[in-house]
Amino acid sequence: MSRWGLVIDLDRCTGCQACVVACKHENNLPFSTPETADVGRLMTWIQLVAADLPGRPMPSSLPLMCQQCDRPPCTDVCPTSATYLNPEGIVAQIYPRCIGCRYCTNACPYAVKIFNWTEPEWPESMAGMRNPDVSARPKGVVEKCTFCHHRLIAARERARVAGRELAPEDYVPACVQICPAEAMTFGDLSDPHSDVAALASGPRAFRWMEELGTQPKVVYLREGE
Amino acid sequence: MSDSTGSPDSIDPHEPVINAILTVGPLFKRWAMALVAVVVWAIIAWTWQLYHGLGATHLGRPIYWGLYITNFVFFIGVSHAGTLISAILRIVQAEWRRPITRMAEVITVLVLFFGVGNVLLDLGRPDRALNVVLHPHLRSPLLWDVGSISVYLTASSVYLFIPLIPDIARMRDVTTGWRHRLYARLALGWTGTPKQWHRLERAIGVMAILVIPIAVSVHTVVSWVFAMTIQPMWHSTIFGPYFVVGAIFSGIAAIITAMVIVRKVYGLERYLTEEHFNNLGLLLLVMACLWFYFTFAEYLTTWYGHEPRELAVFNSKISGPFAKFFWTMFACCFVVPFTILANPHTRTIKGTLVASIFVNIGMWLERFTIVVPSLSNPRAPVQTFGYWPSWVEWSLMAGCFAAFALLYMGFTKLFPIISLWELEPMPEAHAPAAARTFQPAEASS
Repeated sequence: MSRWGLVIDLDRCTGCQACVVACKHENNLPFSTPETADVGRLMTWIQLVAADLPGRPMPSSLPLMCQQCDRPPCTDVCPTSATYLNPEGIVAQIYPRCIGCRYCTNACPYAVKIFNWTEPEWPESMAGMRNPDVSARPKGVVEKCTFCHHRLIAARERARVAGRELAPEDYVPACVQICPAEAMTFGDLSDPHSDVAALASGPRAFRWMEELGTQPKVVYLREGE
Repeated sequence: MSDSTGSPDSIDPHEPVINAILTVGPLFKRWAMALVAVVVWAIIAWTWQLYHGLGATHLGRPIYWGLYITNFVFFIGVSHAGTLISAILRIVQAEWRRPITRMAEVITVLVLFFGVGNVLLDLGRPDRALNVVLHPHLRSPLLWDVGSISVYLTASSVYLFIPLIPDIARMRDVTTGWRHRLYARLALGWTGTPKQWHRLERAIGVMAILVIPIAVSVHTVVSWVFAMTIQPMWHSTIFGPYFVVGAIFSGIAAIITAMVIVRKVYGLERYLTEEHFNNLGLLLLVMACLWFYFTFAEYLTTWYGHEPRELAVFNSKISGPFAKFFWTMFACCFVVPFTILANPHTRTIKGTLVASIFVNIGMWLERFTIVVPSLSNPRAPVQTFGYWPSWVEWSLMAGCFAAFALLYMGFTKLFPIISLWELEPMPEAHAPAAARTFQPAEASS
């Protein structure tokens, strides 16, 4: 069984936010303005935050998305199992089951689960431009980064039709694909020969807030070393 | 027994209580209409929220919970008024409790509906609320809450109803028409035979013991909704007992407030005497000291530990944006009630009422300063904002209080708000212990 993981090299990241745009477009996230962000209604699955990291004099720019914890604090507290850890290590969210109690959003120390306060809206000019592979979320449910799980489903289908095994290059989330600085590496952590497994066990690798016991599968590589 | 008005023997000695049920005065009508107006307004606000979603609130990331959850914790806290106080006083045979138990038990049952109601108001998808039964996840403290509150609501309703039976039968025998039919059905064929009294006494005895652990578990589990997360200043082992103490504290304050109003409106000075307010005032004083002890222990530990994320929340309460709420809470929950209640000269009916109103405001603020500051200072450095509830949230809160008052008023027009049979000598020679009398003030003087 695969254990999907993501490595982000903070030394390579330029903070260009192409990943943010790609994710929004890929996953049908509605537009947000600075005004909506000011009242806590920013809709995004990935964003750049200024994080104080050990050994750094200034806050580092950290691309932050769901850390896909192996011990997720959010799934424990869900009263309806609408959010759960799937067998491949992705923290999933069942939109039609979620009752919108927002307990998971409060339990997550990374604050990366997003609630649909209103019905999502797009400008007229965006008609027909949304990704048909990603389901629309109604108002009142929680959503989050899924490592572009729909891409995994599609890649697996294609491989099956072609009669071959799923290759590492078949499945890559949108943020990783777009990154112009090639700061992001995605793959199967359970495969010892994968790039992502090698980087995740390297000397620069760290997991953010791992002292909380969350065991994230998003791994950062320290800058300046 | 002589009647205070000196009227003929045929008139019921408990006429003030019976009269309160059967007559509706102009003051009652005016209040009822005003409260109905508030409830109607709240229903409009609720419809607005159902249509627009929780976007109608001022909640946002990372402050995902606000006024509704504050009210949820507050109402569940107040519910500890009745059942716990009445059960404990019953078991220790504090006979002065007889005229006040029912008033307290009604608060419990009614207020629980608003506790549960506020969780439903807070749901993004209230239409899917049943999913907690269809797809239960046993590891979620919210599901533990569903379980413990359901048990508590059932137990406290039974505990309210059983001691009502003899009084319902009494009402059945003095009324006609729809009231007679209603009481006849609810009285479950009570005729007051020794066998029935024996069963009644046993049932009350069992329920009084049963509701105590249930009540304690309810507010403990409510606190665990917060304490089981790893969020700063929520993740605290002291939260269970701290919440239970706060619940009993706000519960007693709610009883005293209700007692003063009922006493004044229905002229029940004979039943609710200085002694009752003095005794409850002393209980409130003890709880104020306990509350101070728990609060001090909780905050000192956080401050001394100096963990940066915990300290961020701590500072926001002590000197930051939540300082005005925190220190008002401290004044309302400790300084004011302690000053009033520690002095026998101010521990009067008026004094205990003032202290109780302050305690209720303070305990509401305590719930607010537990819910919001922790969420306003998340571990992750995401953008945060200053939460202040929207008109929809305030309207729904006003609606909850108004609807509670309405239902309480409605109860006083259907059932005796004072447990009458518990004040009377038993007709049977072998009267059970639970029915030993506590005479109203004037009768014993």
